[in-house]
Amino acid sequence: MAQALINVPFKARRGEIIEIKTLISHVMETGYRRSNSGEPIPRDIINAFVCTYNGDVVFRAELFPAIAANPFMSFFTVATESGVITLSWTDDKGATEVRTAKITVE
Amino acid sequence: MDHRRLRGATRRGFLAGAGRLAGGLGAAQLITVGPAAATPAAMAAAIRYVVGEAEVRDGKVSIEAPPLVENGNSVSITVAVDSPMTPADHVASIYIFNEKNPQPNVANFHFGPRAGRASISTRIRLADSQKVLAIAKLSDGSFWSASADLIVTIAACVEGT
Amino acid sequence: MTSAMIRRQVWPGMTCLLFGLVAAAVVRAGEIAPADKRSDFSLMSRETQAMQDDDMANPGMLFVLDGETLWNRKDGGEGRSCADCHGDAGASMKGVAARYPAYEVALARPIDLEQRINRCRDSHQRATPFAWESTELLALTAFVARQSRGVAIAEPDDKLKPFIAAGREIFERRQGQLALSCSQCHDDNWGRRLAGAIIPQGHPTGYPLYRLEWQSLGSLQRRLRNCMFGMRAEPYSYGAPEQVELELYLMWRARGLATDSPAVRP
Repeated sequence: MAQALINVPFKARRGEIIEIKTLISHVMETGYRRSNSGEPIPRDIINAFVCTYNGDVVFRAELFPAIAANPFMSFFTVATESGVITLSWTDDKGATEVRTAKITVE
Repeated sequence: MDHRRLRGATRRGFLAGAGRLAGGLGAAQLITVGPAAATPAAMAAAIRYVVGEAEVRDGKVSIEAPPLVENGNSVSITVAVDSPMTPADHVASIYIFNEKNPQPNVANFHFGPRAGRASISTRIRLADSQKVLAIAKLSDGSFWSASADLIVTIAACVEGT
Repeated sequence: MTSAMIRRQVWPGMTCLLFGLVAAAVVRAGEIAPADKRSDFSLMSRETQAMQDDDMANPGMLFVLDGETLWNRKDGGEGRSCADCHGDAGASMKGVAARYPAYEVALARPIDLEQRINRCRDSHQRATPFAWESTELLALTAFVARQSRGVAIAEPDDKLKPFIAAGREIFERRQGQLALSCSQCHDDNWGRRLAGAIIPQGHPTGYPLYRLEWQSLGSLQRRLRNCMFGMRAEPYSYGAPEQVELELYLMWRARGLATDSPAVRP
């Protein structure tokens, strides 16, 4: 599965508030469902999400099973300087995915 | 449909019963029964875990969500807090809770002055018509909240296959 | 079926509707007036429309991206990718989804887009066809269908007329335990609410689409099976000729409307 769709502006003015949108491919299995034969389907969700900007954490989230499948998040950050915005998320098994986006700030 | 609670003769439970009596359409499990589900008391406990004994005041927080939800599997919601987001005065965290899902927590979001705007949009699951509550913790340690009552309907055509 | 039995088996909100329909049993359900015909997108909530409109927020696009990878991946005994024959999908696949189901000469009957993709895999790539509703088939179909976004659904070939008529017969036939036809809801009562949900006109302009109920992308055949199960009728199997005839009729019924795959629906 394509892991994610990330939307970070390529360019921004210094001090401008920019919007970052992330759409991650993940079933977000709640752990409350049962299969057709009655077996409980184990929980499997993305439980943590971090956004850093040139290494500084600018946004963090803890997610619970009540977040919908294919989690979508849209949040804001101030365009302070040119560099790299990194988004990473971790699931219940401890696996982490990382995506980066370059931004030019003038 | 995964998160509906079976509580007495719900509409979904009614259909499942009728299907099995008719016998023709297979034994597909339509309902999943969750654990003893969250109650307002469980939500209160989850809130106390975050807030402690501090006072939670009404205000500053706004919740934008459709009052009539098309499908409880994915409800678009935006929580925003009125704040200058300066180093001296900003939102540290937004906590979202619910009343009737199996668990009271939905998500915790953490900000700082670098956020520029204390606003988060996401999509949540709601098992039933219920209250959604958002609590903001400010940099001065104070807590503010807002709530929204959302009506959740089921899809008209139940999937069984 | 006595009226007492009907009352016990239906959704509470449908009771009044059903009595009215039973009473009007002999009246033939009609087509939607051309002036009223429009994409079911217009009946969706603001939030659902916003989810569909933004390619960065539309979960269906995750599948389209995977489909693009599959389009370019060499596969099968021939070691060929779709791209090796069809090149850039944006050019070669534009308009394709808007004229499927299409007539397949070798079978002397129509096939839908999923079947077309699998026949290509089999005959030109010598690759195993993808299973119905598999992530791969959904992704590739979504990628192909996406290339037709905005293209109006075409007038079908004359050769398809008998199959369209067969599909229409299924659509208008009362079936299942509720003795309900598709037409009674989607031709006669679109726009009204059934158990809190808006009844759409039932145009397949956005398939394969991301259905919130499924929390996944799914095909039109899956949706038709859901519908028939919901009507308490026996659903047709995946790939059954009746499924394709129904799909074909629905596309004919939606002719002139623009394709908008991958759509988002509740």
